[in-house]
Amino acid sequence: MKSLMQSCCERCAHRPATPCKEYVRCRTEGPFCHDDDACRIARQRRIEAVEPSGQTGDQKEARGGFLRWRLLVCAGTGCIASGGRPVLEALQGAVAERGMAEDVQIALTGCHGFCEQGPIVVVEPGKTFYRRVSAADVPEIVEAHLVGGQVVERLLYRLPEGEVLESYPSIPFYARQHRIVLANCGHINPEDLGEYMARQGYRGFLQALAMDRSAVIAEVKRSGLRGRGGAGFLTGQKWEFTAGAAGEEKYIVCNADEGDPGAFMDRSVLEGDPHAVLEGMLVAGYAIGAQGGYIYVRAEYPLAIRRLQKAIAQAEACGLLGENILASGFSFHVHVKAGAGAFVCGEETALLTSIEGNRGMPRVRPPYPAIKGLWGKPTNINNVETFANIPHILRHGADWYANMGVGRSKGSKVFALTGKVNNTGLVEVPMGLSLREIIFAIGGGIQGGKAFKAVQIGGPSGGCLPESLLDTPVDYESLLEVGAMVGSGGLVVMDESTCMVDIARYFLNFTQQESCGKCAPCREGTKRMLEILTRITVGQGKGEDLAALEKLALVIKSTSLCGLGQSAPNPVLTTLRYFRDEYEAHISDRRCPAGLCAALLTYRIEGDKCRGCSLCARACPVGCISGKPREAYVIDESRCIKCGACLERCKFGAVIRR
Amino acid sequence: MVECHCCQEHVETEKDQRLTALLAEYREARGALIPLLQGAQEIYGYLPEPVMERIARSLRLPVAQVYGVATFYAQFHFAPRGRHVIRVCLGTACHVRGGARIFEALRRQLEVEDGETTPDLRYTLESVACIGACGLAPVIMIDEDTHGRLTPESLPTILARYE
Repeated sequence: MKSLMQSCCERCAHRPATPCKEYVRCRTEGPFCHDDDACRIARQRRIEAVEPSGQTGDQKEARGGFLRWRLLVCAGTGCIASGGRPVLEALQGAVAERGMAEDVQIALTGCHGFCEQGPIVVVEPGKTFYRRVSAADVPEIVEAHLVGGQVVERLLYRLPEGEVLESYPSIPFYARQHRIVLANCGHINPEDLGEYMARQGYRGFLQALAMDRSAVIAEVKRSGLRGRGGAGFLTGQKWEFTAGAAGEEKYIVCNADEGDPGAFMDRSVLEGDPHAVLEGMLVAGYAIGAQGGYIYVRAEYPLAIRRLQKAIAQAEACGLLGENILASGFSFHVHVKAGAGAFVCGEETALLTSIEGNRGMPRVRPPYPAIKGLWGKPTNINNVETFANIPHILRHGADWYANMGVGRSKGSKVFALTGKVNNTGLVEVPMGLSLREIIFAIGGGIQGGKAFKAVQIGGPSGGCLPESLLDTPVDYESLLEVGAMVGSGGLVVMDESTCMVDIARYFLNFTQQESCGKCAPCREGTKRMLEILTRITVGQGKGEDLAALEKLALVIKSTSLCGLGQSAPNPVLTTLRYFRDEYEAHISDRRCPAGLCAALLTYRIEGDKCRGCSLCARACPVGCISGKPREAYVIDESRCIKCGACLERCKFGAVIRR
Repeated sequence: MVECHCCQEHVETEKDQRLTALLAEYREARGALIPLLQGAQEIYGYLPEPVMERIARSLRLPVAQVYGVATFYAQFHFAPRGRHVIRVCLGTACHVRGGARIFEALRRQLEVEDGETTPDLRYTLESVACIGACGLAPVIMIDEDTHGRLTPESLPTILARYE
């Protein structure tokens, strides 16, 4: 039995065409239909391979020669980009060369979330966390750790104070997290259904099948789970609407069109644990009475699309998707649709019309998709993260879930912590933790010891919060109160060198480009706002601009057709509310306090300080600095792109920015 | 590259044959237009006019509708593209960590604007909203490879690897 999903012996009769009710339990507990020790041991080995229970290699014999080491190599986009592939190849080579292929299992996993430290290799048992591993480090890991049983200290995570931490649960970045949705990411091979099953996979669906449809909806409702895609609507209630809608033909749609710049949690779940999303969709399909589902994925995520397709094929091959699933009479098919690059398709009505093959433009609601959705049939749309929560709610019960979080915000939320923070990556915490805790305790504070300035939360629809609001609890209600929103969960941290007017302009530029153009307030309004903001950043702001921005913002918010327009002015409104002095400095003093707005800056070399070392000239990407060695260099301002590379490079403080 | 379309009905290239097979595969499917455009672009590298016309005929849709959909989405292109597509991430995280500087440096180095292709068809330069590798900001993607933690100075070495 190579995979947990293969039959233990010929006596197993489960096939997609002849399904067995006990299949899922049988794979992980059985065999039930016959009594065979060999089958049981083979199954146990397979589970042990995923979850090594022993602490040291000495127990190997006691465990009947089960697999000794399991190396988890992160194959997320981040770790691959920082050089994960050569590490994997070197590991495979070194293990084979040592003749240890029997004792060492190398598993490719999804994202561990701590992208800053990639490439990451975790050694089990022991949860040893090796960071910034390169192919050159591999022989040492194999010799010292796998053969000698000694950890390689220099590759371990080190606290800023210098203390070395061996296992990942002790690293502050992980210690304060509460991983539910991300529990499997980085710990199982996402391309192996057996590994998902070994970690209780499809148990939630099994639980659902044993319940009445309405009871499943009631359970989800009672858990208090709210949509993790942005709006935060109660998931159970949404399901109830679709379940109660007239018509036999219904659909489940998974919104995986994660378009918010600065958010990548959906990508990590899809790449690291695709079966969890499928299981969530199956539960929804069963509860609502749908026959099929679509996953609409961003085309920019080719790896996520490949993994989903693989997961669907695996689930179909063993009868977890298809006709008469597990002899329950429930049939469900899932299709993957690749998006074609339009941010507005994250809006549910636009997404549906895009699946149908049209321009992805939103339409007026009501009728809501729950009543009239895909191909005019009742359709339930949830976000990736929402679906990934469902199996856990059914497995552990609604009360367990509702016990996490605060007020009307239950459970945990994944945040993408990025920007000028030390520990960038994916962070899953119970709802209600303060921003300060997330950014400083988990995120490790600001890079380079600079001062915190603002945190942008919720993507282009969210807002920028200043330091005085760092103790705001992160939950739906508290954030709305201060003008931001949970949104998809992007947290972009900004330090003193970030210009808030520029950030507002950046987001407006984004929403203006992504506006589908159907309704005038969004199409024209954002354009006018962008013009004003651009004028301010190039030093041509006028006194009346701020009032005009505020007026435009309120009109656009209240008259736009869909969420894109209704939330587009948020970054402008919050920066105006909390960082008004920066706008005023741009307008009245023609000065950018953060020293960022290029048009308001000039770079110059002070002749008496310059030693003529030529470092600046070599750093300049456009070659606009000239001079002779040991004489003062000069910047040609007409060609200068104001990138600041010369300033960063100069050792003598000769480059002046004004 | 000049292509003659006057006798296309008679001379079927290997690419056209692949398109014929693709059209047959999607003839009965619902919501086929976007997957068909994606598939056709994969075959030809971009969407030439005659290809869009063939898709329209096959799906019995007005050509205007096919154009309308194709031009709506950022993914579709109507002119030949470079051998290597450089996608510069200008997402929020990249933005605050200097993504614009990377873009500016590439724009100057390659002497093309956003969305344009170098005359030797070696590179196409594009800005994108977010690649989803924010932990490594600033980031660019060349074809399927992601390069992170960039500085303007590191670009020439990376570009040199793509012939």
